[in-house]
Amino acid sequence: MLKRFLALAMAGTMALTMVGCGGSGAENDAAADDGSDVIKIGGIGPLTGDAASYGVSTKNGAEIAVQEINEAGGVEGKQLELLFEDDECDEQKSVNAYSTLMDQGINVLVGSVTSACSIAVSGESSQDGILQITPSGSAKECTATPNAFRICFTDPLQGQVMAEYIQQQGLSKAAVIYNNGDEYSKGIHDAFVAKFTEAGGEIVADESFTSGDVDFKTQLTKIKGSEADCLFLPFYYTEVAYVSEQAASLGLTLPMFGCDGWDGVIKQLNGDTTNIEGGTFLTPFVPTDPDEKIQAFVKKYNEKYGADPDQFAADGYDAIYAIKLAVEQTGGDLSNEALIDAMTKITLSGLTGDMTFDANGEPNKSAKVAVIENGAYTAKS
Amino acid sequence: MKNKKNIIYAAIAIIVYLLIFTLVETGTASRQLQNLIVPVLVNIMLAVSLNLIVGFLGELTLGHAGFMSVGAYAGCLFTVNCHLPAVIELPIAFVIGGLTAAVFGFIIGIPALRLKGDYLAIVTLGFGEIIRSILNSLDIVGGSGGLKGIDKSSNYTVAYVLTIITLIVISNIIRSCHGRSIKAIRDNVIAAESVGVNVVYYKMFAFVLSAFFAGVAGVLYGQNLGIIKPATFDFNKSIEILVMVVLGGMGNIRGSIIAAIILTLLPELLRDLADYRMLFYALALILMMLFSSNPTLVEFRQRLFTRKKGGK
Repeated sequence: MLKRFLALAMAGTMALTMVGCGGSGAENDAAADDGSDVIKIGGIGPLTGDAASYGVSTKNGAEIAVQEINEAGGVEGKQLELLFEDDECDEQKSVNAYSTLMDQGINVLVGSVTSACSIAVSGESSQDGILQITPSGSAKECTATPNAFRICFTDPLQGQVMAEYIQQQGLSKAAVIYNNGDEYSKGIHDAFVAKFTEAGGEIVADESFTSGDVDFKTQLTKIKGSEADCLFLPFYYTEVAYVSEQAASLGLTLPMFGCDGWDGVIKQLNGDTTNIEGGTFLTPFVPTDPDEKIQAFVKKYNEKYGADPDQFAADGYDAIYAIKLAVEQTGGDLSNEALIDAMTKITLSGLTGDMTFDANGEPNKSAKVAVIENGAYTAKS
Repeated sequence: MKNKKNIIYAAIAIIVYLLIFTLVETGTASRQLQNLIVPVLVNIMLAVSLNLIVGFLGELTLGHAGFMSVGAYAGCLFTVNCHLPAVIELPIAFVIGGLTAAVFGFIIGIPALRLKGDYLAIVTLGFGEIIRSILNSLDIVGGSGGLKGIDKSSNYTVAYVLTIITLIVISNIIRSCHGRSIKAIRDNVIAAESVGVNVVYYKMFAFVLSAFFAGVAGVLYGQNLGIIKPATFDFNKSIEILVMVVLGGMGNIRGSIIAAIILTLLPELLRDLADYRMLFYALALILMMLFSSNPTLVEFRQRLFTRKKGGK
């Protein structure tokens, strides 16, 4: 008799599946109609799970951009609509989210927020030929397909830029600590070391740790014994907070440099930045930047979501404006080829800098540097 | 009698395939559902193979994602580095993935199977985490960024065939004398030993076989997605598979299939609920669990069915 129950359950599942088919099928047909006056922008990112803060920020930033554009009358007479799906930072779910969005008939895709998910999605999106702009997927392969563009810097580029910047400060003996188990950290580290030595500098200490470590005294003691004149820390703010405190307790007072993962370190240190005073890091976005556009965005974001925006929000915002410019460039033509072609012709003056895009999907934009001074980030160009 | 049953199963398998085929090829199924076919089949393979250990052998392991990752990396590494036509490449990749996972199953099995219950669970959990850490720091497989650039050469037909093979092999083994020995160990080790069942051998047999299919499922997962990263195969993945087995019923293959289908489809079909999606998913899980195990409800269900039986 159990069999009968199972058969029933099976039938139920099947019915459910069929209903699902019918519903989405209809939506598909509606979306195929090109005469609609809405441009549907799909977004994918982690809204739940460990990486949720990235996805939520991106979504919020993108929503503000969409709202602004719609209030100003839309693009080429069309309103924008943002459909954002959760991927839990899982590649399979990211691809699932992508197909759900395709069922809803999106014209362009903003996503995914994280690197691996973005790569998985571009495997699918390149077959559809749809324009994909990842706001913050920094791995090199994110733009490997011809339809994919990105807003943020790549990991190696950050390492190269920081290597040049540090040498411009007249420092030539660097000590490096990096996270061996994190692609982002490792990518920056490798490029930094290559560029720094190539330009005549010397890496006097090269130490590593793995995700989850909280004690860096061994690495720092070694560095203290070396002749280093600066410290490069390419990893996320949680560990940066530990390193800065432990370095101070060991009496290590070298100037510290880092990458955009530092964003958030002041909050992590509860606002007490004595140990990291003067720390300099590469970042696409500083909320305290006096720039008019940035201040207007920060104000809007604060009103709407009650928090200061981070770089992910700025990346999401810029991605939407890149789409707006691309649509204007094509004169309202929403075909994939036209949009992708238009991307290489636009010049976006965004929150994360003025940028153009090359045919490989990479942004050309100048790096911004932020310095930690008196408990706040200060933009420095 | 037995033949008749087999024919029915074969017929069901063919009908389901034809259904999928027509839905996909005519474009009736939405993009979302077409995309979910392979993940569902992967999860069925994982759940059914884990059921062999958890349900039939009666041992709790939490390292199934570990075996899956070993297989996925071995198989996908092969396809990334060898550029043979897909027809030749894929079957070899599946075999490589399965065998590598089986070898790991054997190696882990030697010390682990001397342990029982919670201890085995802890050891296998540790195994999964060790594998993940190693993969994270191995540059040859892309480290923490994952193995990229895998040819996406699998499709739902390949996945379906593999799933059917898994189901045939596992259900036949369970019905064979090997399967009876495995179940005897679960029910009473001492009794099984006293009638001459080689406990160590059969435990290992179940463990290796289960690992093999987890490995094959892993290759399928990687080939379908084009990228695999170590973080995917964490402890949560093992738990996810275990939930499918427990929800479907220990030692119940059909149950595992249904649970795998429902648990893969449910979070996707709930996407319309936006922010409340995970809340409803969790609620649905609790309700299903209650429905399948609460004594009052089970009794109610049984009464319902026995009455029907009486009427017939």
